[in-house]
Amino acid sequence: MTAAVAGQQVPVAAPPARTAAWRRLLRSPAGLGGAVLVALVVAAAGAALLGLTPYDPIAQHPQARLQQPSADYWFGTDQFGRDVFSRCLAGVANSLRVAVVAVFLSALVGTTAGVCAGFYGGKVRGPVLAVTNVLFAFPPLLLALTLAATFTRNWLTIAIAIAIVYVPIFVRVSRGPVLSLRETDFIKAARVLGIPTWRILLRHLLPNLAAIVIVQVTLSLSWAVLTEAALSFLGLGSPPPAPSLGSMVFDAKILAGTAWWNLAAPGAVIVVFVVGLNLLGDGLRDALDPRNGRNA
Amino acid sequence: MRSIARHPLFRRLVETALTLFGVAVLVFTTLRAIPGDEITATLGTEAAGLSPEQQESLRAYYGLDQPLVLQFFSWLGNVLTGNLGFSRRAGASVVEMTASALPVTLELAVLATIVGLLIGVPLAMLSASRPNGIRDGFGQLVGLAALSVPNFLLGAALLTLISKYAHYNPNAQGFAHLTQDPLLNLQQMLFPALVLGFGLAAPIMRTARSALLEVQTQDFVRTARGKGVAPWRLRVRHVLHNALNPIVTMAGIQFGYLLGGAVVVEQIFSVPGIGRQVLAGIQQKEYAVVQSTVLVIATTFVVVNLLTDLLYRVIDPRVRAA
Repeated sequence: MTAAVAGQQVPVAAPPARTAAWRRLLRSPAGLGGAVLVALVVAAAGAALLGLTPYDPIAQHPQARLQQPSADYWFGTDQFGRDVFSRCLAGVANSLRVAVVAVFLSALVGTTAGVCAGFYGGKVRGPVLAVTNVLFAFPPLLLALTLAATFTRNWLTIAIAIAIVYVPIFVRVSRGPVLSLRETDFIKAARVLGIPTWRILLRHLLPNLAAIVIVQVTLSLSWAVLTEAALSFLGLGSPPPAPSLGSMVFDAKILAGTAWWNLAAPGAVIVVFVVGLNLLGDGLRDALDPRNGRNA
Repeated sequence: MRSIARHPLFRRLVETALTLFGVAVLVFTTLRAIPGDEITATLGTEAAGLSPEQQESLRAYYGLDQPLVLQFFSWLGNVLTGNLGFSRRAGASVVEMTASALPVTLELAVLATIVGLLIGVPLAMLSASRPNGIRDGFGQLVGLAALSVPNFLLGAALLTLISKYAHYNPNAQGFAHLTQDPLLNLQQMLFPALVLGFGLAAPIMRTARSALLEVQTQDFVRTARGKGVAPWRLRVRHVLHNALNPIVTMAGIQFGYLLGGAVVVEQIFSVPGIGRQVLAGIQQKEYAVVQSTVLVIATTFVVVNLLTDLLYRVIDPRVRAA
């Protein structure tokens, strides 16, 4: 059987779609710009986690209060004499940590639930869709707010609150394609061959969902960053003195008339972060869209 | 009778009712998970000084000694008969507070949606008029900015600028309701609506752009152009009209989000809306207030989504027939 197949003209395997997609991503201006900005932000967060900030982000220096941006203090200092640049780096690390954990959790739970609801139907579908509908019945920020208020506050519970809000999106995004994939010939063939269901799900279905889930992950990250910032702006984020971009903007509100850098610096960092994620998401969507031709 | 039960609208209504029941369960259990109960909420630290007998009788008074399922249904019964609880700090019932706050948020959401449509749709038409050209680039850039600048940042920056350079804070002398002083009210709503509307413009613009691009490549548009329909008339009457469906859906979704999402802007500009009511409840640990207010918002949200569905049945005869 194998010999017969080998003797025939077998179509040559296309180059791995992954490298082609990467190349397409980095060739588009949006994709490249997004990748560069996100890399920059991740590097900043990494620097903060390694303790490479120029000053201690929470150390107060009363003699250096409200300094303008200068060679010593790139983004100036705040009303306690804390270095705004160092605080921005630490804030980025905090919001990246929350966003990544939140989106990882929601993608994991949401995609699993969506795939199972789509593939098995029947008994799994009912409860999954009921929970999805209920979670969709809240305005997202309100749900995040209420959940964040329920838990004892630290970065992990905020990540979990954001994750719960985003689970139904992943359920919806992954269930749709599974419904149509389930009826395709290659899945039917895999079933007939007696391949165990878990293997069909993992090796045959999931790779076909990867593109759509990856794009959703990137776009969700930008929303998670914004939500974390909004929650900490409202005083429901990571408790002080841990620097968080949202609470920095909040604290800067009364100072901004005179010490504008306190508002502008964390604000600009958030915008750069979110612009990067949005561009990367758009670039990925174009690059991973199968309609662009896999072998292009 | 059978035909009614099969009608998609009827099924949608049943589904909505079931979803709302689920919402009530979730809200109830979530806020029950918070440590402390009505007694500690009322008496604060003094609750620790109560004798076991006093605690017992208070628990019986508040019904906290009942099984959880019973507590849920008695709460639900109260809610359905219009008893949403009482806020001690505000000295008012939640129904009274909501009756004052919900219309404020709804007004803000309507204004913001109008602003979002006024920015987003023309921008999308500009973009779609020359796909991938300079105009499109400009449109997409504004869309990206609207998507990426968080509303609390825009609000805080705007408030700083207007109070520093224009020495003007319309919200300083207390909030004026629409019914009390319409002119002052609109002045106070202007900046919050602009901030929220700018954020709304992004999803509206993106949706409208792709819908317009899709419609304008269809045969009937070419036919109309061939017949000599004036360009602007073609864009508005033929292309935009047929692209309205996704735009209205997106505007409806975003309008609904504002019911909870406006909280940040309400907080910045001191607008006494429903979002602030939740936030104040959270800050003052009045969880009964939070519980019923969240339920009210979710119900309004679900109803808004239902109405959006109905609205495009009205706009689009194709959906009505289906």
